[in-house]
Parts: sequence; structure tokens; C-alpha cells
Amino acid sequence: MMFVPGNNPGMMADAHIYGPDSIMLDLEDSVTMAEKDAARLLVHNALKSIDYGSTEMVVRINPLNTPYGRKDVEAVIKAGVDVIRMPKTETADEVRELEAEIIKVEEELGCVGRTQIMAAIESALGVVNAYAIATASKRMMGIALGAEDYSANLKTQRTPGGAELLLARETIVVAARAAGIACFDTVYSNLDDMETFRKEVELIKTLGFDGKSIINPRQIQVVNEVFAPSQKDIDKALRIIAAIKEAQAKGSGVIAVNGKMVDRPVVIRAERTVALAIASGILSKEDVL
Amino acid sequence: MEIKNAVAGTLESGDIMIQMGPGEGLQIELQSSVAAQFGRQIKAVITETLEGLGIENAYVKATDKGALDCTIRARVTAAAVRATGKDVWK
Amino acid sequence: MRNSKLVTLEEAIRRSGLKDGMTISFHHHFRGGDKVVNLVVAKLAEMGFKNLHLAASSLSDVHAPLIEHIRNGVITKISTSGLRGELANEISHGLMAEPVVFRSHGGRGSAIASGELHIDVAFLGASSADELGNASGCPRSENAKSICGSLGYALPDAQYADHVVVITDDLVAYPNVPKSISACDVESVVVVDSVGDSSKISSGAIRDSKNPRDILLAQQAAKVIINSGYFKDGFSIQTGTGGASLAAVKYIRESMIEKGIKASFALGGITAHMVKLHQEGLIGRLVDVQSFDKVAAESLASDQMHQEVSAVEYASAEHLGSAVHALDIVILSALEVDEEFNVNVLVGSDGIIRGAIGGHPDTAEDSALSIIVCPLLRGRIPCVVPKVTTLITPGSSVDVVVTEYGIAVNPRRPEIADRLKEAGLKVVDIKALADKARSIIGEPDALPFGDRVVGIVMDRHGKVLDRIRNIVD
Repeated sequence: MMFVPGNNPGMMADAHIYGPDSIMLDLEDSVTMAEKDAARLLVHNALKSIDYGSTEMVVRINPLNTPYGRKDVEAVIKAGVDVIRMPKTETADEVRELEAEIIKVEEELGCVGRTQIMAAIESALGVVNAYAIATASKRMMGIALGAEDYSANLKTQRTPGGAELLLARETIVVAARAAGIACFDTVYSNLDDMETFRKEVELIKTLGFDGKSIINPRQIQVVNEVFAPSQKDIDKALRIIAAIKEAQAKGSGVIAVNGKMVDRPVVIRAERTVALAIASGILSKEDVL
Repeated sequence: MEIKNAVAGTLESGDIMIQMGPGEGLQIELQSSVAAQFGRQIKAVITETLEGLGIENAYVKATDKGALDCTIRARVTAAAVRATGKDVWK
Repeated sequence: MRNSKLVTLEEAIRRSGLKDGMTISFHHHFRGGDKVVNLVVAKLAEMGFKNLHLAASSLSDVHAPLIEHIRNGVITKISTSGLRGELANEISHGLMAEPVVFRSHGGRGSAIASGELHIDVAFLGASSADELGNASGCPRSENAKSICGSLGYALPDAQYADHVVVITDDLVAYPNVPKSISACDVESVVVVDSVGDSSKISSGAIRDSKNPRDILLAQQAAKVIINSGYFKDGFSIQTGTGGASLAAVKYIRESMIEKGIKASFALGGITAHMVKLHQEGLIGRLVDVQSFDKVAAESLASDQMHQEVSAVEYASAEHLGSAVHALDIVILSALEVDEEFNVNVLVGSDGIIRGAIGGHPDTAEDSALSIIVCPLLRGRIPCVVPKVTTLITPGSSVDVVVTEYGIAVNPRRPEIADRLKEAGLKVVDIKALADKARSIIGEPDALPFGDRVVGIVMDRHGKVLDRIRNIVD
């Protein structure tokens, strides 16, 4: 997920050419108070006009308790956004408040249920309430860690190893998995230190995250490389999926590869491997059909 | 509709700066490196956007840095909202 | 010294026998820092010359003072590879009665060698020279001020001009060897304070582009090369100087190391990137017509495996021994590419001249694989268009076009398209790219061209390829 400042038309025009899975246009921290109105119009018009292809479009709105939040919600839903990212989420009630706001706009437009929610958890209270947040709305598609605010809230700072974030990261992964939704890790801001960035991506992949937030296209390649499954894993996954199709074609409930029965977790892992291979650009969708 | 002086947009690449003030009819002054090929189109988008907002009298100075039509619409609307206090979301 | 050829500029001009209406020539190795053209033409104006034909290997922003000399009738005709800045703008608006003649570097070399472009007096700036005229672009003393490395574009002038004046700001003891220009070809030597502003001749070190779009284009171009079928041990390569083209070398390098592939030679404008690969043993020889930075100039001065070539030896179509005939892969940039794969590198999309032909058509035609790297859009300016504003390199010479929205392969090269698709690259129809550009920016209005011809583009074989008309504001 690539962050793009919401008041920068040059960057918004072609952010998708770098192939991120999703683009988050930001109306919150990267936009000054004096430019909130102009950025909202810019994001609204960009979403309506620019062909971002199959890239998932996310907009980070301002909190609802600011003068900007509700107008942001209205503007981005009217432009057909896929996901609204809610910043600094601390409680399930806040999510429900956003959901009510979304329903209000969707009803007006006659498109109820279209807009999904992603909640950014950026405080100790948010981490403690992670599962409640993750399950607060059926629109909730994922939860994400916002590490800058979180580490400030903990009265510490970010370190290269990320020890200060460990509990939050693990809690978010566990909450997301328990709720059956996705989870995304925070940004890494030093563009010149690709080594530490790579280590951080390796760490969060091991922890179970589905993806990483990035601030520059240059970081995409590293994320794709780390998340890319090995050729051996891909081949195995493709064999399993072929076996599933064969079993379905035969109307058989039993799936077997090389004479061995395949368990449900193995099937799930194979599907995830293929999805990652597609996301990393190793396989194309046609390869799997 | 009363028009105050207002500005929106920047001079960064891909953006357009719209300076707006009172005027008789729609007077548009455009400065753009792509004026030869796109000047007509840029002015048309500015006019269309202002008319859509019910603004028929204004002076507009547009300094274009290669903005796309959607950016021009957004910047003209932002300047118009700032100049008139109109709420475009209702 | 006996037989010293050292004279003042005025004396050198007088001795040369230059008359009104004759052809004078210059090279552009001092690039944006050149002082020689302005200095010499100012002197010619002062001496009352009129009606001269200025035949430079190229001209740039720094040559704006020529506008006055054109208005005053000192210069009435220009031949060059390129024009930029205010001079280009004025000429595009119809400053000159006679059209500028544009030739590629190889085309100029051939035209000089065949006599089609006859030079009466060549004024050739040099970073060092001795009193007899042995001249070089390399530093030869502590006083060296204006270092440019290769003098490749000046060599046809030195060889074929009737009269040669070497102009230097570092006179050194005889013999100034190894030399680029031989004393045997030189009639006069002139010492001046400075032949070039060194800060504008070249940058000091490798500059890696951090522009994400350049990086994306470079990675795609590298993938095209690696999967093209031409990426084999002993291959040869030339790159342009655009950010994406330079960055592509970085990614090719990684693949060369990984696969154990080495290049036999790199050709053309040599950069610090190429020198680095050469020093790492990844490129056998550097064949240098123009040294683009200080690292390249220093390497040329010190490394036997890094050699200078003349424009003729580099890119002449008429000389079968020219190096482009042995070139496998070239990466080039473009202002515009059209649906027939034709390329324009000379005239901007506003109709104003703002570039140079360089070696573009020479290398594209003779290489085994030519790759054009350009963004689909520069701001609101489209780079893939239905038809180029000015034809410089015919589509029959262009094999692959790399953009951030996909890679187009010339239908004449289906085998390359197959290899790239096999490698999982996004191969698209060139027309789809042009349509994509239009869908983003809209339909541009026609340019306000007038009916006067301000430029004639010659192809590398000496035939008229296209005409550039004046632009009306």
C-alpha cells in the first residue's frame, strides 16, 4: 500500500504505474490545515477521472472529531473510493460512528454497502482494543499499524530493530486473523536505508502481516521480493490447485496430490502462495485459470 | 455572487495555480508551457467549472504546470469556494 | 621554437584566407561550457566578415550570442546536430532566411569526408596543445582548466578542413602526446584565457537518478535487454545520457555479474557508469567519441583499453569500418515516438527546436537491437503520439519502445516480442500506448506552424528526411 500526499497532483497522476497493490491518497497528516479543502477536491476529482486500473484505492480521511472528517467521507464516497482509512482508531464505537456516516452518504447515492473501512491503530488504547476494532463493522477489510504516533504514545521512539513495536504488531496480526480480515504494517521513512527496510519487511512477513505500507515507489521492489514465494512453493501450490480443480470436476470431495490426501490448511496455504505470486508479479492471473 | 480575491493550487509540476478575483464576465488569463496545444482546452475546463458553480463574473489568472483536466477542475473549484464561501458538497 | 604556429586569433584568421561566404566549423565537446564559438564569431564580426556558414558538430544554450551575429549578417547559414535555448527559439520563429541543416553525428562525419560538407576553416578548441598543434582533450599540465576527454567530433574537421586553427587555454611543451589532433593537420595555434567553463563541460561523478519514474523505465529497459536474445557473452552496448538510460546500466550490471556475462565493448558517449563496469572487468573496451564526465575523461587519459574514435569511425553509414556496424544493443531516448515507431529527438511538442539528433539515427539503424526509453507523458506533453512532429529516426530502425505503461515491439521484430512476452514483460501495441496518452491528456490542438522552412533534417545517408517549419505565436 503506497501513501501519496493528497495535495500533490503530480504524484497522484501516475502512482499506479509502479504497481502497488493499493494506493492510499492522504488527506490527513500530509496536508496542512489551510489546504484541507483543496486536497479534498483534488482527491475527489482524481478518483473520478484517473484510470488507476485494478489498483485498490484507499483514502485516509481526517478524524471525524475534526472539522474535516465528515466532509472527507462525503467527498471520497461520491468519487467511488474502495476503502476509507480511518486514522488514530481507538475504539469500536469510533468505527461504528464512521460506518453510520458512510451509510448516510451511501443511502443518498443509492450504493449502500460499497465502501469498505480500514482502521489505523496508532495508540496504546487502539492496540488494547484491536480485536474489538477489527470486528466492529462488517465493512472492516483490514487493520494497520501507525507506528509514529504509537511509539510517541508509548513514550518511546522507533528503533531499527523495532522492539518497541513488537507487541502492537503481534496484537494486530492476531486480532486480524481472529476477525478474518487483513493486516498491514506501518511505513519506514528512511528511503536511503534499503537494508534496514528489507529487514523490517522480512520481520513483518514472519509475524504474519499481509503487506507493508510504503512512502515511495522505490520501496515496492523490496516488498515484492520479500513477500514473493519461492519457485518451489509456487510449483507445489499450482499442483495442489490443479488437484482441487480435478477433484471438483470429478465431483469428488477428496483432494489428492501424488497419492497423498491434502488437508484444508494446505489448500489455504497454496491459495495464499498463488495470490502472493500474482501480487509479486511472478505469475499472471492467466497462469492460474 | 460576491467574489473575493482567492488562490488555490501550487506551481509544482503537474499542478495549476488559480488566482481569482472580481471581474466583468469571465476573464481568463492563462500562462502555460503547453498553451499551443492545450490552451483552448484548459480555458474551456476553467470556464465550464466556474459556470457549473454559477459564477459568471470573475477574473482568473491561471499558471499551469502541465496539470490534467481533473486537477484543473479541483483547483478552480477550490479557488471558487475560497472566493465565494460556497459549499460545493451540498 | 622553430616553426612555431603560435599566433593571435586575429592573425590566425587572417592567415587562414577566410573570405565572406566561406564555411567555418566547430566541435561541441565543451558542451554547455563552450566559449570557443562565441569568441571566434565575435572576432570574425569585429573583423567585418559577412555571410559565413557556421558548421558546428552541435550548438547549445550557451550560443545565444549568435543571434546578434545572425541579425548582423555575419552568420547566414548554420549546419549542426542540434540547437537549444534562445538561439533555437529564435530560429524556430524564423530568425534565419536560410534553413538550418541538421545532420546526425555519423551523417556529419560522412558529409565532411565525402566533401558534401566542405569546411574552409576549422576552429577547434583543445584542452591542451603544443606550439605545433598537437592537441588533446586530456589534461597535460597542472594548468589544465577545461578538460573534455575525447575530441571525436572534431577529428573529421581536423582531417578534412582546408585550414585548421587549434585554440587552447593550456599550451604545453612539445610534444603533446598522445594526441587527438595531429600537428600535421594544423596551420595555427591560438592561446586564449579559457576555452570552456569546466563546471558546465561535465559533472564530476556518477549521479544516480532518484526519480522513481526513471528507475522504473530503467528497470524495464534492463529487462528488455536481458530477455532480448542479444544479452550474451561478448555483446556490445551503447547508452544515451538520459536518467533512465544511465540507470539501466546499473541493472544490466547486476545481471551481468549474476549470469557471468561480459561485454566486448561500450560505444559512443562514455559515462562514469561505463567506466565503472570496464574497471570491474565487465566491459572489455571503451570506444569513446565523447567523454560525458570527468571520470570518463580521466579514464580515456590513462587507460589503454579506453580509446577515442572520430565521428566517422563511430557512426558513418558510408564507412563499413565504423563502430556502429558492430554494435549489438543501443538504448536511446526520445521526445516523441509515433505509431510507426518513428522517433523525434529534435523538435519539442510545441514545435520549437530543443534538442539534437546526435547519434540517434546512426546507432538505431546499424545496431542489432535499438531500444527507445521514454515516459508516455512528460507532464501534459505526450511522448507516444500518432505522428511525430519531426522525423529524425525512421521507424524501420527502431525495435522496442519502453514506457511506464508498457513495452511496444516493432511488428518487424516478432521474435523479440515473443521473447519479451515469454519473460513475462508487459508487451502492448504501440497504438494502445498513443491512445492511452490521449485518454489521459485529451486531444492536443494542431501546432501553429507557418509556411517558412527553418530547418532541414538530413538522413545519415545525405538525403533530405524532413523539413521543420517556423512556429507562429
